Amino acid sequence: MTAPFEFCLRLGDTDLILSQRLGEWCGHGPVLEEDLALANVALDLLGQARLWLTLAGEREGCGRSEDQLAYLRDAGAFRNLLLVEQPNGDYAHTMTRQFFFDAWHLPLLETLGSSSDAAIAAIAAKASREAAYHLRRSRDWIIRLGDGTEESHRRMETAIAALWPLTGEMFAADAVDSSVIDLEALRPRWQSEIESTFAHATLAVPSDAWMQHGGKQGVHTEKLGTLLAEMQFLQRAYPGAQW
Amino acid sequence: MVEVGKIREWLEAVPDPEIPVVSVVDLGILRDAAWHGDELEVTITPTYSGCPAVAVIAHDIEAALHAHGVARVKLTTRLSPPWTTDWLSPQGREKLHGFGIAPPELNAIAPRVHCPHCGSSQTECVSAFGSTPCKALYRCRACREPFDYFKPLR
Repeated sequence: MTAPFEFCLRLGDTDLILSQRLGEWCGHGPVLEEDLALANVALDLLGQARLWLTLAGEREGCGRSEDQLAYLRDAGAFRNLLLVEQPNGDYAHTMTRQFFFDAWHLPLLETLGSSSDAAIAAIAAKASREAAYHLRRSRDWIIRLGDGTEESHRRMETAIAALWPLTGEMFAADAVDSSVIDLEALRPRWQSEIESTFAHATLAVPSDAWMQHGGKQGVHTEKLGTLLAEMQFLQRAYPGAQW
Repeated sequence: MVEVGKIREWLEAVPDPEIPVVSVVDLGILRDAAWHGDELEVTITPTYSGCPAVAVIAHDIEAALHAHGVARVKLTTRLSPPWTTDWLSPQGREKLHGFGIAPPELNAIAPRVHCPHCGSSQTECVSAFGSTPCKALYRCRACREPFDYFKPLR
């Protein structure tokens, strides 16, 4: 089975948009080590996005490069998860977004690592080693903030309430996803990661809630537009510009 | 036509741009070199996905080969099997240590990171990410010195 253009695009866009969000912290991190850590996670994700988008361009077969896909598409053509386009908020918000993502990303990549599509398997096997480090770090932060002060605990609860309705999209497969991977099969591992970490963090796992969808089909929040305005500015203002 | 062994020797003089004490050969990213007619194909496996040094490494390899008189060089990237710190050469590990960077511990399950300055195992992690994505920032409780730890990736 060869993964279609659209599937590679979803993986690439999700990594790219989260990388851009994390990059916004650069120079604003709460402490120097955190500033470096966020920039490094952003860099890993950007590297992974480049691999996926290059592959997407090959699968599409119209000659589009990773740069053309990243810089010359409008919001409606992006296929990232709604979760990753959410603004950074405070640090509890940023780390909750990261933890929900990492806890899904690692099992996703590990599963894709044994895909029968050799190109998908190669990228996923490589990326999963990096994702393991990301999860270890975001998990530590959830525990530290949840089981921290009254204020940090309260902020974690606010972040969880805001982001939880965006987690369902990670497991909601349409025909594009189902042709490559069984997303629903990733849920038990994700759920148990959330439950054990939240237990350590003295945080409550939200019960079933209404889940928002649309990112993977190109229906985004208006927040993606402002992110793209900044990310794509240079290439839009000076078409073809290179470093 | 130059022997492949000789080419390997030349590339041992090409340093990693971020950690110049180790060469691209020490890092284990050089996978293969083979002649196709008068063109030399060099295959490399990148380290971290987002490592900004990879483009520089590719350029440096080409430049070194041109300097040794190889006119036509083709660089190929191979992702699978993925790069692992297990491919660091024993000399590379020693060079890292001598440079003040703790090499990746071979027991990754419960790694006890040894201080490259005093050798103590009384060390603690300050940040999972250091000055580059491949390193973590540590501190030695014995000699009080901070140091970089080259994280195991496998």
